[in-house]
Amino acid sequence: MGKVVVVTSGKGGVGKTTSSAALGAALARGGERVAVVDFDVGLRNLDLVMGAERRVVYDLVNVIQGEAKLSQALIRDKRLETLHLLPASQTRDKDNLTPEGVEAVIGALKESFDWVICDSPAGIERGATLAMRHADVAIVVTNPEVSSVRDSDRIIGLLDSKTVKAENGERMEKHLLLTRYSPSRAERGDMLKVDDVLEILSIPLLGIIPESMDVLRASNLGAPVTLADEHSAPALAYFDAVKRLRGENLPVTIPGEKRSFFGKFFGRKAA
Amino acid sequence: MNLLRLFSRPPSAPAARERLQVLLAHERGSMDGPDLVSKLREEILRVIAKHMQIDDDKVSVRMERGASVSTLAVDIEVPLGGKRAA
Ligand SMILES: Nc1ncnc2c1ncn2[C@@H]1O[C@H](COP(=O)(O)OP(=O)(O)OP(=O)(O)O)[C@@H](O)[C@H]1O
Ligand SMILES: [Mg+2]
Repeated sequence: MGKVVVVTSGKGGVGKTTSSAALGAALARGGERVAVVDFDVGLRNLDLVMGAERRVVYDLVNVIQGEAKLSQALIRDKRLETLHLLPASQTRDKDNLTPEGVEAVIGALKESFDWVICDSPAGIERGATLAMRHADVAIVVTNPEVSSVRDSDRIIGLLDSKTVKAENGERMEKHLLLTRYSPSRAERGDMLKVDDVLEILSIPLLGIIPESMDVLRASNLGAPVTLADEHSAPALAYFDAVKRLRGENLPVTIPGEKRSFFGKFFGRKAA
Repeated sequence: MNLLRLFSRPPSAPAARERLQVLLAHERGSMDGPDLVSKLREEILRVIAKHMQIDDDKVSVRMERGASVSTLAVDIEVPLGGKRAA
């Protein structure tokens, strides 16, 4: 049985899709079978970031409505044969995502993949709640900026109440992925500090992804940054995040600083 | 940051522009209905369904949308003797 990971944030544009693609590709490079699922119905972009936009035939909504089999809708990556994409629909709206349909699709994906990565849409509406519903693990993508941290806090609340795990009284495993971190702005003191974000959100740190041109470049080329440029700073940060996701206890170094954290040492104090 | 690496690479914006042009040409055309390739796909499947029972698992449909040409590949496993549709 595979693990279901939701990549979520509340706030838009913080790097969920970029991270879903990068983490998915990093896991798949290790030989594990990965399906990345786009839940952003109506505004899909994961296909573009992964460079599969010309090959989309069927999508998540087609599968849920019984118009296509899951195997027909999955697109295998051209570079990595263990990496697959299930695109979102571009022409229909979110109401086509039914809880039963999503449950069936996730259940089937878990059977044939080691990792099912759900790229959540922004917001706290149907698309976002359905994307997190069946997760075993949540990655909360946050930028070091006030509104993003606030929205992440809101999402953490939903993860602890609106998911199947929470409803069964189980603990949802949550990780913080700090993205678009700019060492120069941190040095000037104009950006929330890593310690501050960790203290406020109190979930373990999965990684810090630096703000980088390499991310833009990768999306221009249509490749996850962990495939487009495996030696770039963001790619290395994503590779480390994947190691931690697999359970390795690897210290997190803050870009531009010598200091490092052991992500594990930050447990949720309250709750 | 490794400056040498930065400058030795070709710019990526032209690739982005080209990909977007192809994608949007197809998406704009298909907003009020399926594009030609999708229409062909549906009709081909319908014609086949007339003559044999299609097992969805035995049909693979692949598309590749290009700037001037798109390709559509429909692979169907036809069973020996061909089970007739009712
Ligand atoms: N580490 C980074 N460095 C530079 N740019 C980044 C980084 N991460 C993401 N971006 C850019 O930020 C923008 C938003 O990223 P992305 O689409 O991944 O966010 P999202 O959370 O999925 O957005 P949405 O909420 O709309 O789905 C994109 O232009 C992306 O290239
Ligand atoms: Mg997104």
